[in-house]
Amino acid sequence: MGSQGIGARVRRKEDDRHLHGRGRFVGDMTMPGLREVAFLRSPVAHGRLGAVRKPAGQEHLVFTSADMDGVRPILAKSGIPGFKISDYPALAKDKVRFVGEAVAMCVARTRAEAEDLAESVEIEIEELLAVVDSLAAREPQAPLVHESWGDNLFLETVANGDIDDIVKRAPIVVKREYRTARQCMHPMEGKGVLAYWDHQAGQLVVCSSTQVPHMIRTGLSECLGIEQRLIRVVPPDVGGGFGYKCVLQPEEVCVAWLALTQKRPFRWVEDRREHLTAGANTRQHHYSVTAYADERGRLLALDAEVTIDVGAYSVWPFTAGLEAAQAGGNLPGPYDFRGYRCRTYSVATNKPPFTPYRGVARTGVCFAIELTIDAIARAVGREPAEVREENLVQARDMPYDNVTNKHYDSGNYPESLRRAVRMIDLPGVRARQKRGEPDGQLVGVGFSTFTEQSAHGTKVFAAWGIPLVPGYEQATARLTPDGGLELRAGIHTIGQGLETTLSQVASEILTLPVDQIQVVLGDTALTPYSTGAYASRGMVMAGGAVSRSCEELARRIRHIAAHLMQCEAEEVELRDGKIFGRNASISFAEVGRAWYLRPEQLPDDVDTMGLEVTEGFRPQVDTGAFTYATHAAVVAVDPDTGLTRILDYIIVEDCGRMVNPMIVEGQTFGGTAQGIGTALFEESTYDGAGQPLASTLMDYLLPGPAELPAMRIGHMETPSPYTAHGIKGVGEGGAIAPPGAVVNAINDALRSLGAEIAEIPATPRRVLDAILAAKARPKSEEVARP
Amino acid sequence: MKPVAFDYERAGNLEEAVALLRRADAGAKLVSGGQSLGPMLNLRLVRPELLIDVRRLQSLRRVEESDDRILFGAALTHAEFEDGEVPDPTGGLMRHVAGGIAYRAVRNRGTIGGSLAHADPAADWLSALTAVDAAVQVRSQAGERVICLSDFVLGAFTTALAEDEMIEAVAVPRLSAASAWGYHKICRKAGEFADAIGAVVVDPERRYCRVVMGAVDGPPVLLEEMAEALAAGGAEAGLAKLDAAVEVALPEAAPAARQLHAVAVRRAIGQVYGR
Repeated sequence: MGSQGIGARVRRKEDDRHLHGRGRFVGDMTMPGLREVAFLRSPVAHGRLGAVRKPAGQEHLVFTSADMDGVRPILAKSGIPGFKISDYPALAKDKVRFVGEAVAMCVARTRAEAEDLAESVEIEIEELLAVVDSLAAREPQAPLVHESWGDNLFLETVANGDIDDIVKRAPIVVKREYRTARQCMHPMEGKGVLAYWDHQAGQLVVCSSTQVPHMIRTGLSECLGIEQRLIRVVPPDVGGGFGYKCVLQPEEVCVAWLALTQKRPFRWVEDRREHLTAGANTRQHHYSVTAYADERGRLLALDAEVTIDVGAYSVWPFTAGLEAAQAGGNLPGPYDFRGYRCRTYSVATNKPPFTPYRGVARTGVCFAIELTIDAIARAVGREPAEVREENLVQARDMPYDNVTNKHYDSGNYPESLRRAVRMIDLPGVRARQKRGEPDGQLVGVGFSTFTEQSAHGTKVFAAWGIPLVPGYEQATARLTPDGGLELRAGIHTIGQGLETTLSQVASEILTLPVDQIQVVLGDTALTPYSTGAYASRGMVMAGGAVSRSCEELARRIRHIAAHLMQCEAEEVELRDGKIFGRNASISFAEVGRAWYLRPEQLPDDVDTMGLEVTEGFRPQVDTGAFTYATHAAVVAVDPDTGLTRILDYIIVEDCGRMVNPMIVEGQTFGGTAQGIGTALFEESTYDGAGQPLASTLMDYLLPGPAELPAMRIGHMETPSPYTAHGIKGVGEGGAIAPPGAVVNAINDALRSLGAEIAEIPATPRRVLDAILAAKARPKSEEVARP
Repeated sequence: MKPVAFDYERAGNLEEAVALLRRADAGAKLVSGGQSLGPMLNLRLVRPELLIDVRRLQSLRRVEESDDRILFGAALTHAEFEDGEVPDPTGGLMRHVAGGIAYRAVRNRGTIGGSLAHADPAADWLSALTAVDAAVQVRSQAGERVICLSDFVLGAFTTALAEDEMIEAVAVPRLSAASAWGYHKICRKAGEFADAIGAVVVDPERRYCRVVMGAVDGPPVLLEEMAEALAAGGAEAGLAKLDAAVEVALPEAAPAARQLHAVAVRRAIGQVYGR
């Protein structure tokens, strides 16, 4: 293995430019004649759109849906039967359906002037009653987001296992309702897009902050009605994605249309207020769960109803049905049980369109199942960690097909929990709880174990009815005439370090040092098609493709090198960035020179494809490489203020073979920070009319360094049997488990008070209300609570 | 999120600043640190025609000590109090409070005068300086006047300042050596504005005792009966009045909110009496 190959803690190639502030984001770009765009957005959640009056003399600088003749709405159809389709126009047409929906775009020399212009546009809106709560939206008399539907249901799914016998017999029945708040994803860089017409190429060039440049090209082509060859999407540096940038944005359609029709450059950069209002588009679930267990707390069956607040429209390509499909499929988690009933409702409301966020539905389902496991443990009077361990799929049963037919490929889930129990010192925490805290704080400990289907492929996405299904991921590897390596892949780097890790995979095979490897990502003109960076698929899929193309490149290099060194190709070895034959060694540069500049030195039977290889990759079983982890938290709850402090935090994770442990840790810590935000802080609140109440970062709290614990991490490494090098995905995992671990810890702390939290974020107010409610509850009820 | 266009003038001296303020006829805003004004401009919540920059005025950065008080120029930054670059007449209270305002980046630029003029009920200086009975020295072209902090704030973001007046300095009484203070702030995360503030100063030598409940909807609330009980009978006597006092002061508040305010005051009193 090369010293910088798979497994090495190589420093990130990207960091030099980012740490010196030399990255190039959409907001950094300059271009002669560039015009800035500001969107005029709907001030009401639901209404009929009347006249839009442009300011006199400036009509040519303001554009509405009426101007965008021939532009088609974003149309995300799910193939799941019963799915209702929403027309999502780039600029609102006839109706507005959420606060922040773009109604008009205004262009000017500067953003401030564009905003001035937006203020001078008058819009007539006849306000309608808004649908704000997803449960109320399911009621028959609810106002309709899309009148033609007759109800507010995008989709209803049913998994109807036979659990009647278990329901009759099970001695332990635990019922709970859980809620997760609506959230924003808050990448450091919001959305941003700059588009211009390239007269030389005869192409519309769209520089967008996106995770999925190739899909954006496909989507823009559909909406704008022009051929894909006429569009080039070039993603610059992207300051975080998290799912927010994995769908076609209406603003991308608008700005691209401006450049296409006006033939000059335009740019829009999302500001934080737009993000907090128009971008409040994720995480909001409601669960009604009944769990049936035996006297020891062994889970026998789960009966659940999941309602997802999908917002006004279906996003493309992932659709309004993806979250529910993921929720219904993943609620059983890492647990071994065979009785499952689950009904999901994807409900339209007057809120921004639901977009999958790091972890997708799994953060919600993990919260629901993990709190349920602890509730069962309390009901049977046992240590939650023990009950959890007994319920987990055991290592001897791997691979394991679970109750929703997910194929858990490998791993030892109970061992991750046992290691977390040791690292957090569970007996020590229990002893501390017995002693009590001198300042009256209440200490609690909680665990949360999940398994995450990463890099799920063709079959899975096809079953979810997604319009664009990922297949073979491709990558190109090219040896330069002087012996360097160029890698090209259609996936994009959004901060996750792919320039480094893809280089490490190439280095593993070719043994070239990482700094001799140039990586080009995302540009649709330069790279093979890729559905993009989402679903923790980058390392598995693009890593696999780089691996395949480098293997083939290595074969061709060996063949030429053998000729140059007068030995057999089988005798040639790549080692330490050099090429060794039977009695000689040469450099990669000599092979490059032979192919490109001194072809008379080549063997007669040289592969005419040369030193440039494009290969495709798909795991032999592509139903997902299942990453898993256990998180454990110790918290101190102040019973007077409801404030929760995290005293200790443990992560024991297994993402298969680690390409770069430092990046695995960075991804995990970052994801965990976001998960702690979900658990304790982040919430996009609305009033009854659908007005967002959290429109600045004073109202929407993100965790900062002072709120985050010093996380301790332990690694397990079970290679996937199906992927190249045994790699599994790791991008999302960190964000999945924290709400379960933190709130289980809070509930452990509150146990002595008879209080319990079932809604996140577990704000001080919610904790305090729970404590005050428990105090006010008659004694008899408390006794009934285990 | 960019501001509406405005004019900008850098005042050369105090006289010029108040003259500009007068001339602008309510269309101007003073700016020094800009830590609240900046975001409000960007959010277009304020739309002044003119910004008058007073950040570099030396007269707003002065420190004048006398026997019973110290006069602090309005443009001194929170960081200068935090770092002890100016003397503290309150036995450490001001330094403690300054160090807990928002984040260091905010403290580096934000000023004591700006914070008071902004009059966010949840701001630290407002409660802390009310607790020590500080006063603001105010100036306009017409002259100067002094306003007690307890009379200065009329409501959330509303002060007794006339449109053409500016805060020139803050006068903070010296606490005696035997005094003690407590300051407890409850907020959801480090650097956020408070959900509840308790500020207590007990200075028997000066026959002074004040209990302040801050971060309410309006100006900080003086819990006077409690202060009297505290001065007369100590912690137990004072605390006995707490729940009733909070209930009287915040009749509309939810039980959880009331509890937070009570806890903040109780913990501040706990600091005074060493527990």
